[in-house]
Amino acid sequence: MRYLPLTKNDRTEMLAKIGVTSVADFYKGLPVTDHFDLPDHQGELEVERFMVNLANRNRAASDGPFFLGAGVYHHHIPSTVDYIIQRSEFLTSYTPYQPEMAQGTLQVIFEFQTMIANLTGQDVANASMYDGATSCAEAALMAMRLTGREKVTLGTELNPQYRDVLESYIGKDNIVDTADETVAAIIVQSPDFFGTPHSYASWKAKADAVGAKLVVVITEIVSLGLLPAPTEADIVCGEAQSIGIPMSFGGPHLGFFACKQDYLRQMPGRLCGETVDADGRRGFVLTLSTREQHIRREKATSNICTNQGLCALAFTVHMALLGEDGLKTLARLNHERACALADELSNIKGVRVMNENFFNEFVVEFESSAKEVVMKLAAQNIIPGLRLDDHRLLMAVTEMVSEEDIKTFVRVLGE
Amino acid sequence: MEQNTIDASRALNYEEPLLWEHEQADGGGVDFPAPKNTSLRTGQPAREKIGLANLKEPQVLRHFVRLSTKNFSIDHGFFPLGSCTMKHNPRLNEKMARLSGFANIHPLQPACTSQGALELMYELQSWLGELTGLHGVCLTPAAGAHGELAGLMTIKRAHELNGQSHRKVILCPDSAHGTNPATAAMCGYELRVIPTKETGCVTLENFKAALGDGKDVAGMMVTNPNTCGLFETEIAACAKLLHEAGGYFYCDGANFNALVGNVKPADFGVDVMHINLHKTFSTPHGGGGPGSGPICVAETLKPYLPVPCVVKTEEGYKLETIDDRPTSFGKLKGFQGQFGMFVRALTYMMSHGREGLKQVSEDAVLNANYIQASLGGDYHVPFANRTCMHECLLTDKIQKEAGVTTIDIAKTLVEYGIHPMTVYFPLVVQGAMLIEPTETESKETIDRFIAVMKKIASDTRAGETGQFHENPISTPRRRLDEVRAARQPVLKAGS
Amino acid sequence: MTVKFSKDHEWIKLEGRDVAVVGITDYAQHALGDLVFIELPKVGATYNKGAHFAVVESVKTAAEVYTPVTGEVVAVNNVLENDFDLLKSDTEGWIAKFRITNTDELNGLMDEAAYKGYLKTVE
Repeated sequence: MRYLPLTKNDRTEMLAKIGVTSVADFYKGLPVTDHFDLPDHQGELEVERFMVNLANRNRAASDGPFFLGAGVYHHHIPSTVDYIIQRSEFLTSYTPYQPEMAQGTLQVIFEFQTMIANLTGQDVANASMYDGATSCAEAALMAMRLTGREKVTLGTELNPQYRDVLESYIGKDNIVDTADETVAAIIVQSPDFFGTPHSYASWKAKADAVGAKLVVVITEIVSLGLLPAPTEADIVCGEAQSIGIPMSFGGPHLGFFACKQDYLRQMPGRLCGETVDADGRRGFVLTLSTREQHIRREKATSNICTNQGLCALAFTVHMALLGEDGLKTLARLNHERACALADELSNIKGVRVMNENFFNEFVVEFESSAKEVVMKLAAQNIIPGLRLDDHRLLMAVTEMVSEEDIKTFVRVLGE
Repeated sequence: MEQNTIDASRALNYEEPLLWEHEQADGGGVDFPAPKNTSLRTGQPAREKIGLANLKEPQVLRHFVRLSTKNFSIDHGFFPLGSCTMKHNPRLNEKMARLSGFANIHPLQPACTSQGALELMYELQSWLGELTGLHGVCLTPAAGAHGELAGLMTIKRAHELNGQSHRKVILCPDSAHGTNPATAAMCGYELRVIPTKETGCVTLENFKAALGDGKDVAGMMVTNPNTCGLFETEIAACAKLLHEAGGYFYCDGANFNALVGNVKPADFGVDVMHINLHKTFSTPHGGGGPGSGPICVAETLKPYLPVPCVVKTEEGYKLETIDDRPTSFGKLKGFQGQFGMFVRALTYMMSHGREGLKQVSEDAVLNANYIQASLGGDYHVPFANRTCMHECLLTDKIQKEAGVTTIDIAKTLVEYGIHPMTVYFPLVVQGAMLIEPTETESKETIDRFIAVMKKIASDTRAGETGQFHENPISTPRRRLDEVRAARQPVLKAGS
Repeated sequence: MTVKFSKDHEWIKLEGRDVAVVGITDYAQHALGDLVFIELPKVGATYNKGAHFAVVESVKTAAEVYTPVTGEVVAVNNVLENDFDLLKSDTEGWIAKFRITNTDELNGLMDEAAYKGYLKTVE
């Protein structure tokens, strides 16, 4: 078997050194069994054949016009990103607990933290979270620790996946309708689940009035290239999958978490900090670990162990390639594509774009049955978005949507 | 801080500044069609300064390639981190995960357009169920700690729906990994500790004492084999008592590499277990993630698993919703889990097959015992009266008398091009060194490790220890000032 | 009153009739290593004997500081937040002062000789 290097001779020698007759001795007294209803080992050829067959039975985003968003977005990834994340030293390394032999990983994390803090207009950012939904839940928990309160309220329409996860973490009854003094946080997603961007100053005022924290959730991080930074927020969290990370049927993705300096010690997740080594040269280490599970145990700010290391690297490489100008251009292109579709749709009878404002996603209302519209489009290999109910469709338009795609969509809709 | 790069870079050892410290280009490394700059329909003013560096593709590539050269990795050499299972990461896994039909599909696409992906998840569920003997499998948790949370929430939900919400206590040995008590606290449970210092294991006697009449006990969280690398020989008896008292047995699956293909956890009384796909099933550690922590449960707990699991219906494969299974406690993660890791793990499992996986655990256990037997003369072995499983535990008790501690030994290993073992864990033993070689190492590599450890021990006996406290000296950085990093946190560039 | 010691390595001394000054011993500080952070109590907060009222952190550990007596915090040594080395000082190295109600609680604590003997038994 190609991954197992021990030879028969090796095993004989080793068993002799240990002083046992066979490997079975190590399992003496254990409930060993032979009953595994599983196939035998296979070579690369056979496994590849099986997997390719499965992969071919899925319709990939680039196989036809694609307008699905709702928290996971189809964006272009420059080829350089994959070459970097496939390097042995990044792919097969571990969490940088031995900093002297992990300065590569640590500097990347430091650069990632810097990018996220700058994008969100916050003081500090951590080394990443599992995904946007769990980072939102952790933000709620942190606000609860800071205020000593048990409830949260939602300011704008929150992605239903995020809401479900939040309910599991804090309890359904602890998500209430009004902002009052029992509320630890007002959670504001922007753009909201229906695609509308919001300003933050009035939400901050509402939060201050009741002594709650303002938590801003961003599910489409490209929007920060065109929309104002949520500097008013106490905590900014969300999903960074749009930059550098394929959709991959829902994971692995990349949660991010940033907040004001004052709250540093209550932040979940890993943090990388700058320091010097014994020669006085600048270096990086994981720091403030006393918040984490391996030290505080039951008093930890969270139980998190892994972050999303390689995904954070992919994001950092992609963002380094885009740069200040590139991200702004990318954001503008997304918005212009969305405007182009919105303009076309406004000319079609029985179809209405419901959003007054949007970034790259909006709700389309049909007089007829949205279900039938979707079926008609699907028959032409178009994935038109997320059907919200009998009459509404949530459509995302990124830089991956071509003029041709829009023309096709409009044509089939009209038929 | 000034970085004088002319003097500092040497041969292949580059001093690499931060992205912002390079000379900035006039634009980024991605070409786009020119935007039309039509008026905005966002309802917001346009974003002003962000604070990102502008560099072209060659500069970006060089930056990250240089950074990569400062990392040690499994592909470089021996990485015997206890309880982390740093085994070889097969490249076929990577190739398969990148197939367009897996990488470029959206989690919310209609099920009829993603049957291949759903079938893959169903297959993985089946393999995990068969290997653990626990056939209720949910793949969604994002990592091991997340799997623990899922497991405890499943138990909590089971008690809730069966009128047992008064059970507020989780039993846990003092040797447990920190995620265990942290997770219990997150679920609102109170921890009751089972001491294990004398034997390294949970004894039936100590378990009984902690259990009491069991009326307030929701369950117990045990890692098996445990964090001392030993199989918990009395655990099945403990599980029986726990079940009689109405509690559930949660098994932390971090050490499953010792058992896979040989022992089914269901057979020693486990009700719910998480699996670390990034440990036992070779998905890459990536410098700190992503991981994947599916949970497997016994028949009795199936109704309470998080959603969604993949089910097979007449119309094909589909993802359950909460309406399909209202007894579930709900969702723990967006969408359906770390699918990219599922592809890798199933590729690995199919490559090994039944007999391959059996050999994995046997070779892992053989390698660890070989190390324990070879170093037992030079290092203190706290539980020397028995063989270990896939990892062996040593301490610095002997070397400490000469002023050489676990951390010095660890940093000296770095100097020899070997990643240190896990140090100062588990906490039940002073100066712990937990060594897990895994099955993908050759005898040649293991013999070299043994030789280096023997040399460190003999240097200590000879009093030649001066450099130990300075090590490592050949790495890109020497020992770093962690006190300064914590006292004056600088967490981003330009602060 | 002479200094007394608790099993958790706190020292305590009476100032006047009913104010107790509390700090941590050299042994505790040595075990922790270089400190990086102190979480101090608020003036006015009350604690029962044995409750933790402060946390001292080094890089690898966070250790709770327990009060050997029941009382209300009347003074906090805020200077510590910027100068951890102060903890080592004989005169300035205190964490908080408590107004105590029950001086009998001091009777159960060890004197210096007893504490030194106790340290020999701790690993």
